[in-house]
Amino acid sequence: MSAADRESVVRDEGVSAVGATPDGGNAAAEPLLAVEGLQVVVRGSGADVVDEVSFTLARGEVLGLVGESGSGKTTVALALMGHTRRGLVIGAGRVLFAGVDLLALGERIRSLRGARIAYVAQDPVSALNPTLKIGTQLREIFRAHGVGQLGGVSVEERIRELLAEVRLDRVSHALEVYPHQLSGGQQQRVMLAMAFACRPELIILDEPTTGLDVTTQRHVLDTVRGLCRSYHVAAVYVSHDLAVVGELADRVGVMYAGRLVELGATGHVFRAPGHPYTRCLLRAIPSPTRAHVLVGLEGQPPRPGARPQGCFFAPRCEFALARCRERMPSAEALEGRHWARCVRAQEVLRLPPLAELPEREPIPPAAGEVPLLEVERLEARYGERVILSGISFGVLPRRCLAVVGESGAGKTTLARCIVGLHSGWRGMIAFKGVALDRDRRRRRRELIRRMQYIFQNPYTSLNPRKTVSQLVEQPLRELFSLSRRERSERVASALEEAALGGEYLSRYPDQLSGGERQRVAIARALVVEPELLICDEVTSALDVSVQAAIVELLHRLQRTRGVALLLITHNLALVRSLADDVLILRDGRVVEHGPGVLDHPQSEYAMQLLANVPTLALA
Amino acid sequence: MRGGWEWLGLLARAARTPRGVAGITLAGVVILLAIVGPFVAPHQPTVSVTATFAPPSSAYPLGADDLGRDVLSRVLAGGWLLLAVAAGSTALGVGAGVLVGIAAAYFGGVTDGVLMRLVDVLLAFPQLVFALLLVSVLGPHVWLILVAVGISHAPQVARVVRAAALDVCERDFVRAVELLGAPARRVMVGEVLPNVLSVVMVELGLRFTYSILIIAGLSFLGFGIQPPAANWGLMINENRIGLVANPWAVVAPVLLIAVLTIGLNTFTDAIARTSLGVERPAEQLAVVAGVSGEAASLGEVVR
Repeated sequence: MSAADRESVVRDEGVSAVGATPDGGNAAAEPLLAVEGLQVVVRGSGADVVDEVSFTLARGEVLGLVGESGSGKTTVALALMGHTRRGLVIGAGRVLFAGVDLLALGERIRSLRGARIAYVAQDPVSALNPTLKIGTQLREIFRAHGVGQLGGVSVEERIRELLAEVRLDRVSHALEVYPHQLSGGQQQRVMLAMAFACRPELIILDEPTTGLDVTTQRHVLDTVRGLCRSYHVAAVYVSHDLAVVGELADRVGVMYAGRLVELGATGHVFRAPGHPYTRCLLRAIPSPTRAHVLVGLEGQPPRPGARPQGCFFAPRCEFALARCRERMPSAEALEGRHWARCVRAQEVLRLPPLAELPEREPIPPAAGEVPLLEVERLEARYGERVILSGISFGVLPRRCLAVVGESGAGKTTLARCIVGLHSGWRGMIAFKGVALDRDRRRRRRELIRRMQYIFQNPYTSLNPRKTVSQLVEQPLRELFSLSRRERSERVASALEEAALGGEYLSRYPDQLSGGERQRVAIARALVVEPELLICDEVTSALDVSVQAAIVELLHRLQRTRGVALLLITHNLALVRSLADDVLILRDGRVVEHGPGVLDHPQSEYAMQLLANVPTLALA
Repeated sequence: MRGGWEWLGLLARAARTPRGVAGITLAGVVILLAIVGPFVAPHQPTVSVTATFAPPSSAYPLGADDLGRDVLSRVLAGGWLLLAVAAGSTALGVGAGVLVGIAAAYFGGVTDGVLMRLVDVLLAFPQLVFALLLVSVLGPHVWLILVAVGISHAPQVARVVRAAALDVCERDFVRAVELLGAPARRVMVGEVLPNVLSVVMVELGLRFTYSILIIAGLSFLGFGIQPPAANWGLMINENRIGLVANPWAVVAPVLLIAVLTIGLNTFTDAIARTSLGVERPAEQLAVVAGVSGEAASLGEVVR
């Protein structure tokens, strides 16, 4: 997205862009923030969570900090305000804010927090006080900083101005409501209003749009961008979503295992990454515009206290040399202000562009085939509330149908009706021509077997008291009567199909990573040889590199075993890389349905939805 | 099949913590004393051997009681029945409570309402009064004491277990097994029970100490294990009039009950602390800590 595009988005969305000066070139000026050799360690053991993190930030500049879970990005963000999570302490380094070392300020740093440095947390639900009205919470900030007048305007006027800036002025009595009366996106905009209240110079945003759907995310991002521009505020934007960062940030820092491994202008880093890890991340991201093969990343990042000698990424790196394992590489300067902590950065930089990843071959629709699953005139209610109405569609054998929509569209309710977890529905759901009973207890075992459901969150869908082999064996015990040997053979082959080795058999879920857990959940579904897998947001709790591997696994199962997939998701890029047919739901009704929805959307809503997806410009 | 025996692992892990070692040592000494006591008692516990409330001497190290019986022998002989009845009533009460608690949480709705209102009615009686009521009406039989104390525990255990099970019943893995068509009984035993085991273990320890106190209390009030059989609770009652002449006749059983209670509570505490680490995998703990940490930090930032 070019600067001109950004301007137009800002204008279109109606955010005041007073004094907006797109800027990223005043690097030579005195930086607002300079981080030097920041180290955060575990109290007691002294193992470093984050180390050797150094970067600078100019006024009005937006720095994106990306990395997967556990990479230390939130730890860095909090340390910028002199704060650490319980159990951690800042071990070394300086954080110079307008020339003053924040880490040496001690308790005096409190007067800066909120006034000159603001923080927006990921989860507005836990950050807002549920017992106080929004107005009370906004006024509290001004009171806390002893502000009565702001540039000639009273606090009340300033609050009204703030509400207009975050576009909450259209919400009636926005100041008089309690947090629970607002939606997630509105709550996050209240957090932004609070952060911008005292016109800070630096704002730290920690995954502010995670958990919001694309339309809401788009609004929040536009608000952040508009505010940063109008007030010339510098921002550190922490996120695991590279596409979001790509749209917003002037520069990007990539974190891996507590180290900053690459830093440079957004365009440089994403178009020609210098670090193999960045390259791996980019290969793993599904694109909303073309269905290319996703490449996952094997293994796991080393944990604090168990990090290898030399480059931390070397054990998973396809470019690793012997000397990579001897000592930590230093930052290799590339063109511009771009650097990467890799001895082969120059070579990695010159690798063929990522935009050339192979495209998927579409699975041709077989003519005259009978749908595996048929849904007709489905209407679902929770009590009196109608969640779904007039839903009709079919899933063909061996095809993947994606059901997409924003939160509250009724996607999960649809899945729950089909598998029998929700019985408040009318209409018809049939599997292979046999109508399914509303009460799952009256469904035939054979039908239960052929249609398996995979839950969204692998952290709650596996019984923590059971081993992997017990978990995968359970469906066999319930649905078949097999000998012990037959069972263990089928468990082993299901695990193998989910790319898990025999060493996993005796492990408990808490010994597995998120991706491994989801593989176990998939193996548990596969073990009974189903014909249809219903996947409810199966990758939303996982990192992109893990998501890529799971998506490839599902795609392979579709190809080799001929399993049909019903994919429930809000992630349109994921739909692009996996789905053959798409069904768009909005407020419980079908908006559009067919194989070409993403390429040639007919409805305005589908076009809007597609336009709101953040896109990573790789070429 | 390690899964079924995991509570043993929990016990073993708890026993290795410093807190667990202290608790087990304290409780173990008293329990050992109660078990081997009857075999090593120097005198017949129910026969008068010397003067009433005789002070300690070389022949009678803890002196004599109100009827001139040897206090040491009575202390050694008077423990095992108390502990056995306490163990029995605890097993009964916790077992019934777990059953009711899990069923109420799992079935919900009307079943939950009926079971919990029943529990509320029982909870309206103070535990000791409830046991007294049964024993005073039907007479002081050992089996009745066991049942009465057990039943008086059940509602409280049911409440605690239901609260823990409610959370477990909402998890996806329970749904996953239901979707396979597993019957309710198997879901409750196979999925829910293993995930509330740590709560059950803590309840077992806690209720055992309560059982001892209630049974000793019943004995003190004269409704428990009947004289002349030696019993720690009864001894306190019998000998309190001679507290000045021979304090040991009261102090010895009081000390033993106190040490046992403190030891068991300490060990229970160790189980509870150990099980917290079992309840949540490390990375989830970190997530939880992370979220609350951010919320806390935000509070500071806003102010």
